[in-house]
Amino acid sequence: MTVFLLVYRLHGRYHEMAPNVVPMDYTKDPDVKLPMQLIINMPELKENPFKERIVESFSEDGEGSLSFNDFVDMFSVLSEMAPRELKAIYAFKIYDFNTDNFICKADLEKTLNKLTREELTAEEITLVCEKVIEEADMDGDGKLGFADFENMISKAPDFLSFSFMFHI
Amino acid sequence: MCKSQQQVQLLFILCLAAGIEIDGQVESDTQSEEDEGKEKISKKQPRRETVRAGRLERKKPQRDKEDESKEEENCPRQNRASRRKKHQKKNGDGKNAEVKERDKKASTKDQKNSENKEKKTNKKQKEGENKQKKDRKNSTSSESSNSFDEESLSEEELAMLMEQVEQRKKLISTMRNKPWRMVKKLSVLREAQAFVEKFEGALGKGKGKKLYAYKMMMAKKWVKFKRDFDNFKTQCIPWEMKIKEVESHFGSSVASYFIFLRWMYGVNLVLFGLIFGLVIIPEILMGMPYGSMPRKTVPRAEQATAMDFSVLWDFEGYIKYSALFYGYYNNQRTIGWLKYRLPMAYFMVGISVFGYSLMVVIRSMARNANQSTADGDDDNFIFSWKMFTSWDYLIGNPETADNKFASITTGFKESIVDEQESNKDENIHLRRFLRVLANVLIICCLCGSGYLIYFVVKRSQTFSKMQNVGWYERNEVEIVMSLLGMFCPPLFETIAALENYHPRIGLKWQLGRIFALFLGNLYTFLLALMDDVNEKLAEEDVVKNITRWMLLGHHNSSMGNSSADTPPPLDPADVPRGPCWETTVGIEFVRLTVSDILVTYVTILVGDFIRACFVRFVNYCWCWDLEAGFPSYAEFDISGNVLGLVFNQGMIWMGSFYAPGLVGINVLRLLTSMYFQCWAVMSSNVPHERVFKASKSNNFYMGLLLLILFLSLLPVAYTIMSLPPSFDCGPFSGKKRMYEVIQETIELDFPLFIAKIFIFLAILHTSWLSHLSLVPCGEAISVTAGGIYSTAKAWHSKITCSKNMFFFSFFFQVIYLKFVSIASDHFSFEATSETMLNP
Repeated sequence: MTVFLLVYRLHGRYHEMAPNVVPMDYTKDPDVKLPMQLIINMPELKENPFKERIVESFSEDGEGSLSFNDFVDMFSVLSEMAPRELKAIYAFKIYDFNTDNFICKADLEKTLNKLTREELTAEEITLVCEKVIEEADMDGDGKLGFADFENMISKAPDFLSFSFMFHI
Repeated sequence: MCKSQQQVQLLFILCLAAGIEIDGQVESDTQSEEDEGKEKISKKQPRRETVRAGRLERKKPQRDKEDESKEEENCPRQNRASRRKKHQKKNGDGKNAEVKERDKKASTKDQKNSENKEKKTNKKQKEGENKQKKDRKNSTSSESSNSFDEESLSEEELAMLMEQVEQRKKLISTMRNKPWRMVKKLSVLREAQAFVEKFEGALGKGKGKKLYAYKMMMAKKWVKFKRDFDNFKTQCIPWEMKIKEVESHFGSSVASYFIFLRWMYGVNLVLFGLIFGLVIIPEILMGMPYGSMPRKTVPRAEQATAMDFSVLWDFEGYIKYSALFYGYYNNQRTIGWLKYRLPMAYFMVGISVFGYSLMVVIRSMARNANQSTADGDDDNFIFSWKMFTSWDYLIGNPETADNKFASITTGFKESIVDEQESNKDENIHLRRFLRVLANVLIICCLCGSGYLIYFVVKRSQTFSKMQNVGWYERNEVEIVMSLLGMFCPPLFETIAALENYHPRIGLKWQLGRIFALFLGNLYTFLLALMDDVNEKLAEEDVVKNITRWMLLGHHNSSMGNSSADTPPPLDPADVPRGPCWETTVGIEFVRLTVSDILVTYVTILVGDFIRACFVRFVNYCWCWDLEAGFPSYAEFDISGNVLGLVFNQGMIWMGSFYAPGLVGINVLRLLTSMYFQCWAVMSSNVPHERVFKASKSNNFYMGLLLLILFLSLLPVAYTIMSLPPSFDCGPFSGKKRMYEVIQETIELDFPLFIAKIFIFLAILHTSWLSHLSLVPCGEAISVTAGGIYSTAKAWHSKITCSKNMFFFSFFFQVIYLKFVSIASDHFSFEATSETMLNP
């Protein structure tokens, strides 16, 4: 019963973001998409440094506009009930800023800057990025492929506990 | 129309929310399972439209399905799903008939629609899946036609069917892991579910579904309850948010001090509960009230000033004759209607305070040791994990987000420092030489201060015999101790700059050195106390005689005056009192604790807060920059605070036997410390320049605590074993030694043969142990530390006979031997003589 309520609540949230556009009645399969600006103002996402990337990786067109399906998709992956492998796949997509299916040094630098709000010096940033590549890159191509990322994240104790999760 | 349609759709979702269970329920409505397929095919056409309506609603409860299938994952998948289906065949529900039909239409409809959609998206994966689905669909229809054309299924077909059903079930349960789009997942799931539901029925399993569904529901409820309870437990941990805040601003090393403080508070709370519940409350409730006995009354001479604040502040007056101190307790063997054996309880609680503390410290060390070895392996991905898993996605509050950003930045800086330290390569010989030099200097300092303390104490003993002593001579010891305590630690720090250690290691060395310095402090205090006690013991003999004569005199005079048979009892306030050395010792410890509290708080207030105010506000009109230069803001002194806490606890352990109320005072002190220091840190301190990560285990602090525990155990054990208790105060008055209460209890309360057994064991034990001079690891474990070792081992089965445990068990053995050798002189000898005299 509670699961049903959660989903119903999701629809409510989606609707209240743009009541004029989102219909209450989904019987006619409306093709409604909400733009990124509306979505990243949700309280769950507002403080997140990666909010734009999150929304982009769940949108079909890669621009950040989410239909209701994508919206539910996003919350289901980020919920506490989603399995680790699935979260890892999406986490990789999120941290891959240039969407080339690799997390390269530039991606790492962007991630780090977002995480620390650019409080680290350039030296420190280079040091950290180099260390990350040194630690996680198994195949030696100087960037992290999905296999490297998965390998590294599967051993992380914190990944499932609080990072990469929303409560609704 | 819209509303009712919505209602129906919601109902539909509700049913779908139960996931596969509904499929099972649906099955129950059919007359025979074999007819299902026919129904499906025949009703396909006219129902197409209504089905389409429901299709999109179903996209919403995708989460539910994931929920279901996730729960499925956790148990043996196939059995559960199959059993569930079997069970739910029995259920019948009106509305499900509708649902069932829509369900079935939808599955076929879904397939068609999803196929269309997939063509639009042009994803390779989906094409591949599409093909797979098509194959399945074909096989489905072929299977359905096969199975429903024949009345009985042959063996091979059964097996093939089962395999296909298993395949579908596996797909359903792994559906969550697939990174497909929602629509596709839905369609594939529908199809697989329909297939499984249809054909499992055909395989003829059908018992116990109701019970199974009930069991499943209970299992889910239980999982949810456990999760909620865990969340609740985490929320119950006090001060968690405060400590997290401190951690985010100052780093994990400062936070580790507060975590240590919180742990100490917990231990003290338990000790307080023990003492309060088992000793203080029984005496107050069931013992004699105030004023009924000499030991419980303020003597006549002191009554005039007993309520003055200055007297109370010194813990004399009414406080001295209250349940807070040893002297109040009566030596009556049993009190009240419960026949509560108070002296025995007092003794056992005193012992168990040490026992519990020992157990808790060792358990904590064992747990930490476990953790640190585990973490050691995972040093491979420090930076990666920091980068990808440090953001807390649950943060919605901007202030918390700020804190989190600060803590992430601090974390990175810490790790960078660690990294840079390990990369440094310097002249190793120069470093070694400098370190040796620094250690030599510090040892000289320590020896010098040790000799100074010894000299000053000796002098004070000669002074106390002299007459005209000035203020300086009287307080010389305290002054010297304070000066040493103020100047030596910074001196050690400056010398330690030569050593050039990693800050974390440097902190440990600093702690060790200050610890050695404070041991001198302890030594003087104990020495002074022992002198006091010996003096009081001498006085006691004198007073005993006086009391005897006086009571006799009173007796005679009252006999002469009145004609009553029994003389009127002497007013308790008038009875001459012995010096009661135990209460004096208790008072000394309480005074020490209170002055320690005051000194700490005043130091924080002046040294941190006033200084911060000064730097902040006077900076505007000062010649040089106060914030950058001298004095600037204070950094939180981790080593000083930790040592203060550890020594304070040592004092508590030493004093709690003689002043049961001391632990209560300590609990209050720790509580107020927590709030006060958190506030002081956040308002007046700045983070260390080099922010370093605390060592993963708290074992260093625990090791210090263990050492102090043993050191505080020794004086108490010595006094229990070798000093006679006062004759007129306390629960052991009248006995020759305090531990005689155990003998007495065994003799009077237990059957006779148990007493004999104890005596026999005691003789055996002491005679055997006396042969052991140096005890190797194996024997130590098996004999005495076996209990402690096995406790630790039981808690953390990964611990093997590591170096730490070897050392501890050896230590225990030495201590135990010492006790036993003292006890053997008193206990077993007397016991043997008794048994020999009284068979």
